[in-house]
Amino acid sequence: MSAAEPISRLIEALGKLPGIGPKSAARLAYYLLRASEAEARALAEAIITVKENTILCSQCQNISDCDPCAICNSQERDTGIICIVEEPLDILALERSGQYKGQYHVLHGVLSPMDGIGPEDLKIKELVERLKVSSVNEIILATNPNLEGEATAMYLQRLIPPSGIKITRLARGLPMGGDLEYADEVTLARALEGRQEV
Amino acid sequence: MTRPRVYKTEAIVLKRMVQGEADSIFTLYTPNLGKIRVVARGVRKPKSKLGGHLEPLTCSALVLAKGQNLDIITQAQTIEPFLPLRNDLWRTGCSLYAAELVDQFCAEQVENYHIYKLLHSTFLWLCEAPAAELVLRTFDLHLLSYLGYRPEFYQCVNCRAKLEPKRNLFSASGGGVLCPACGQTDLVAQPISTDAIKVMRFLLNQERSSSRRLRMSQELSWELEQLLRVYIRYLLEREVKSVEFLDRLRSSSYFLRSTT
Repeated sequence: MSAAEPISRLIEALGKLPGIGPKSAARLAYYLLRASEAEARALAEAIITVKENTILCSQCQNISDCDPCAICNSQERDTGIICIVEEPLDILALERSGQYKGQYHVLHGVLSPMDGIGPEDLKIKELVERLKVSSVNEIILATNPNLEGEATAMYLQRLIPPSGIKITRLARGLPMGGDLEYADEVTLARALEGRQEV
Repeated sequence: MTRPRVYKTEAIVLKRMVQGEADSIFTLYTPNLGKIRVVARGVRKPKSKLGGHLEPLTCSALVLAKGQNLDIITQAQTIEPFLPLRNDLWRTGCSLYAAELVDQFCAEQVENYHIYKLLHSTFLWLCEAPAAELVLRTFDLHLLSYLGYRPEFYQCVNCRAKLEPKRNLFSASGGGVLCPACGQTDLVAQPISTDAIKVMRFLLNQERSSSRRLRMSQELSWELEQLLRVYIRYLLEREVKSVEFLDRLRSSSYFLRSTT
């Protein structure tokens, strides 16, 4: 016997979420069925709001509820530095470090030849336009240190016109709590290249 | 082939797909097992001991444990990181093209040691050679040969007559060259120059190491690329995505090919 129509519809919808299989979807659906109406409504409204009330910031392309976003609008942040990241989640990670006080630019992806993702599919055009109108001293390439991230960083490095803008790349090397013995050759090579005088 | 519960292999990483919170599924090409898909747990965490050894386009020594569905990587040690492929976008694109072709053409768990050697030597060659096009065309032709799709460049594929240096045509569906008389048998056959036929024969017959002495004009190189592209597309029945990427790189105003 299959579940009643509204429930199976919910199970199907939940099952589309990443990491949720049919069993988990059914468990969640029955949990929501038993939950108070206020709880269910709050969840439904949160989902609707996230779709309706978020926009891309016209400057940094981050997902935001206002344009320009809070970071781009902030008076306390250094407008001369732009940190280029792959995804909005990377901004959260960098903000958690509390070390960075400049602005961001979100590419919403990385170059991935085997998946057919090229420069036109990323927010690169917006970055070039942004660089034309604002005075920027430094660009930090903060794409992930993997094949696709490196490829994207190389592409951007050549793309950004040599007009006195300093281009830097996040240091690549050994993670805190890491172990030399298990480090791979590429990481070790980069760690040696980027060694610093103490 | 049944594998023991824990086994060792060398492998070239073709592709990585993210899965779940911190896992990844890797497509590998191995000397004795052919193409395999395996999972590595927790590789996306910064402190993962495996992560760096499993970047695409790396050759690594692996220890795998048999899993219920996919086998699980338990140890990894880089053998050859092919560093120059990572430091130049054009070479990265070219080597991903080679990896994609192997991934597309090969079925899982079909052993083909020649293809492994070909991929390995192509990566090594791409690391040092300035003429990536020549490397890739040599790769295309040898890969097709090992797969059983070796194109015919000596006889007409229709009437079996020996090819003359005339206006011959290349037929993707025929798997080789058509003489002018048989040209009508394949309406989408493309013209192929006599020089192109000669270069294709040379690349197929010579040891890969000696073909690196060859010098080709841009036009000839482009002709070879176009013909093989049509043939490969016909065999795969789909586009090769990295080709689009390489085209876009070439056509962008910032042509990123390294001349070093």
